[in-house]
Amino acid sequence: MPLLEVRGVTKTFARLTALRGVDLTVGENEFHGLIGPNGSGKSTLLKCIAGAERASRGAIRFAGRDMTTAAPAERARAGLGLKFQITSVLPALTVYDNVLLALQAQSSAASLVLSRTRGALHDRVMHLLEQFHLTRRCTERAAALSHGQQQWLEIAMALACKPRLLLLDEPTAGMSLEERRITGELLMPLKRHCSAMIVEHDLDFIRNICDLLTVLDQGEVVDSGTVSHIQNSRKVQEVYLIRV
Amino acid sequence: MPSTSTGSLRSRRRQVIPILEILLFAIFAAAPIMLADYLTVFVTRVLILALLALSFDLVWGYSGIMSFGQALFFGAAGYGVALLARDLEITSIFIVLPAALAIGLILSFAIGAFLLLGRHPPSTIFVALGTLTGSYVADRLARDWYYLGGQNGIPSIPPMTAGGYVFGEGPVYYYLAFTVLAIVYLVCRFVVRSQFGLALAGVREHEARIAFFGYEAQQLKLIVFSLAGAVAGLAGGLYAFHEGFVWPNMLGVVLSTQIVLYALLGGVGTLIGPVIAVIAIEIAGFWLADSFPQIWPIILGVLLLLVVVFWPTGLIGLMASEQERVGSFGRPSLPRRHLDAGANDAAA
Repeated sequence: MPLLEVRGVTKTFARLTALRGVDLTVGENEFHGLIGPNGSGKSTLLKCIAGAERASRGAIRFAGRDMTTAAPAERARAGLGLKFQITSVLPALTVYDNVLLALQAQSSAASLVLSRTRGALHDRVMHLLEQFHLTRRCTERAAALSHGQQQWLEIAMALACKPRLLLLDEPTAGMSLEERRITGELLMPLKRHCSAMIVEHDLDFIRNICDLLTVLDQGEVVDSGTVSHIQNSRKVQEVYLIRV
Repeated sequence: MPSTSTGSLRSRRRQVIPILEILLFAIFAAAPIMLADYLTVFVTRVLILALLALSFDLVWGYSGIMSFGQALFFGAAGYGVALLARDLEITSIFIVLPAALAIGLILSFAIGAFLLLGRHPPSTIFVALGTLTGSYVADRLARDWYYLGGQNGIPSIPPMTAGGYVFGEGPVYYYLAFTVLAIVYLVCRFVVRSQFGLALAGVREHEARIAFFGYEAQQLKLIVFSLAGAVAGLAGGLYAFHEGFVWPNMLGVVLSTQIVLYALLGGVGTLIGPVIAVIAIEIAGFWLADSFPQIWPIILGVLLLLVVVFWPTGLIGLMASEQERVGSFGRPSLPRRHLDAGANDAAA
């Protein structure tokens, strides 16, 4: 059974149809790339899966549960982690507190008031910060980080919730070549623990990291398959030749 | 240039707010010894209003809920204990103060559940207008309901008692109010510095974002709204017995707005800021009312407007950095191995 099943998802905004009957599956420990020209509906699909947008039609099943109408918090608790396209770390909080905030989300209100898990979560916070090269800046405000570091922090926050499926919307947007390379190195080991669906414009990056690719154009799936299949797909080449 | 972690740790040691807290509470503790009785009565009122300001700071400063109705919980609890005293002759501190707290808690929970729990997070304006309407309706109701004394309210409330002991106006009641304020302040401080406080900071900074971590932000807001209602209720109970009467203004929009001004002047999200602002406004009002009886409300209004426009972080913002005001919730110091790892990050 696939981890994520998207069946016939359509999303309309007034007169604009952003997604038209999209079908897609993601398996366990699979990195699935979502590519396509600007405005093809990649981010909208990710938002529909995460719960930031509600699908107008169709069904979304995650880990065997129907999540089509579930609230974002319910989806997150079920194991869906999201990194937004626009960096949305909490700038006024310290880097450490951003990660702690994400990590402690599963604790009860009573446990939070008594700070019962603060000590127990400390090592996990520091481990994540080490993993994303942010240890030295852990006591600074998140606003003080560079754009690339904020992206890493946000990925660390998404990972803190121990997601079964990580939804990454343009994880390397605005990064330098070196930062992109490091991001790829940071993400690769995650394949052992979780699946990921990655929206990205950098085709080299996505080719290196993903097992399967789905190409969207004008809200529809153009083709889906392995990286080599997509590279040789005539339909995909047409989309990129015409639109990109 | 970004500071290093050790630099940040060093700057965190230079904190202004704890010094202000200790200083202020030391002054409060010693005040009745130095003040004439009529001034002690005046400062008692200030202490009770400081409780009310704390309740607003909890909802707006720490959770981003704009409540224009804190006076509703304050006044409702005041009326509640006044009725207990008038109709049932219950004045025991062990009943009336818990009753005041419970009235504030239950009423704020009911209103909060209506305003905050919905399919979609409510807008700030919706909650502000909802609470304002509640305050206004309660004011009108009290004015028109004969049982509640109408425009005159409920006069001649007997003093609060503890067994045979009577809490009369003056130093005794002052220390009662001071003790309640100190306990509530410490509880609030504990809550806002806890992991729950971090979750509230998340709600305040980016409510939509934290839902994607699994937080039920609206439920967190309801908990704080109810807690703040309980604090306002407690203040209302103390106020009713201190003044010896309750009247519709205790419930209305004028007091609700005044509380917002206390917090804005002092600096929201700091706890101590609104307490300082209550002292500043009440003392300024006391002095200006004496010196300029006709125009003091205008002078006070202009002063407040200037502060709110030119110092949006309030009086505390003039003394404490943003970093200190927001605070941090993680461990204050890092183990050596993490700093070493940080150095490696830097080298990388």
